[in-house]
Amino acid sequence: MSWKLACSLIVFVIILLIAACQSEENLEFKRYYSSGALVYQQHCQNCHGANGEGLSALIPPLSDSTYLRRNLSSLPCYVKNGLKGQITVKGKVFEGTMPANDLSPVEIAQVLTYICNSWGNKLSTIDEQLVQKKLAGCK
Amino acid sequence: MRNTLIIGFAAVLLWSACKSGSDKKTLPIYGNREPVTKTVDGKQVTDTIYQTIPPFKFVNQYGDSISNKTLNGDIYVVDFFFTTCPSICPIMHRNMLKVYETFKNTGNFKIISHTIDPKHDSVPVLKKYADKLGISGNIWWFLQGKKEDVYTIAEKNYLVAVKQDSSVSGGYIHAGYFVLIDKQKRIRGSYDGTDPKQVDEMIADIKTLQAEPDQMIVQ
Repeated sequence: MSWKLACSLIVFVIILLIAACQSEENLEFKRYYSSGALVYQQHCQNCHGANGEGLSALIPPLSDSTYLRRNLSSLPCYVKNGLKGQITVKGKVFEGTMPANDLSPVEIAQVLTYICNSWGNKLSTIDEQLVQKKLAGCK
Repeated sequence: MRNTLIIGFAAVLLWSACKSGSDKKTLPIYGNREPVTKTVDGKQVTDTIYQTIPPFKFVNQYGDSISNKTLNGDIYVVDFFFTTCPSICPIMHRNMLKVYETFKNTGNFKIISHTIDPKHDSVPVLKKYADKLGISGNIWWFLQGKKEDVYTIAEKNYLVAVKQDSSVSGGYIHAGYFVLIDKQKRIRGSYDGTDPKQVDEMIADIKTLQAEPDQMIVQ
């Protein structure tokens, strides 16, 4: 009888440990995501819209997961320094100028985590270290 | 007996609710007004003269001249923007698109967007902007003209503040107002074009204006 109890106790502890690990990761994601939502409202929403929908053929939407994934390593530079020239998003060509945004690396990480996990996008957490590394390589 | 009373009372309540619901709302008339007394058939008559939009002349995105006369008989909405505006213009025109979609087939309705940066926003630049926004036809005009003319009409006539200031992003300070003008060229409403709720209010007010009986055209 007691081995059964011991077994179930061990299983219970393992489950607890896994849950703790997950929630630690989850917690970090949630912190980035919720702060990112605020940064987005203040710095991005006017042009890109409350639902990342963009504006007609003037401003690209942010819901093209393929574009985001393919350009992930350049995204921090785009946010920080702005973007000029032609890009293709969701099969449409956009050209114009996105202004630079004077944001700190952590804010860039937060807003990118928010964008890359909203409106159908499902990428990972983009943390501050990664952003700092990518910013160092901006052209 | 009691039941009948209650039912009767409820019916009266319902009826009055319906009645007040169908009462037409009238929009205020903004701007300066002055009473004018004149003699008609030997009698003194006092009339009110409302502030109206004076004559103007600008060019639209197709290169056509647009004057106050072109807008005779139209209800129209005015705003001020520039194509390189990084702050409030995208949100204003996202909201204005809704107005455009709502009224583009109703007739006697126009939207005019004045550029406050005529040096950069030439006619071809405005045409390209309109195309990209998805605007065609002659409902929504993007107007270009002399800078002084635009700034004067904005401040004196449409009562919207516009100012050049190199210290702000984009180089201009301007208020994101949508101003509603009636067929008699009087200001009937002013709305924050960046606020979707106020823009919905304006859409309702335009419908109210469209239902208003045509009065004598002042101009």
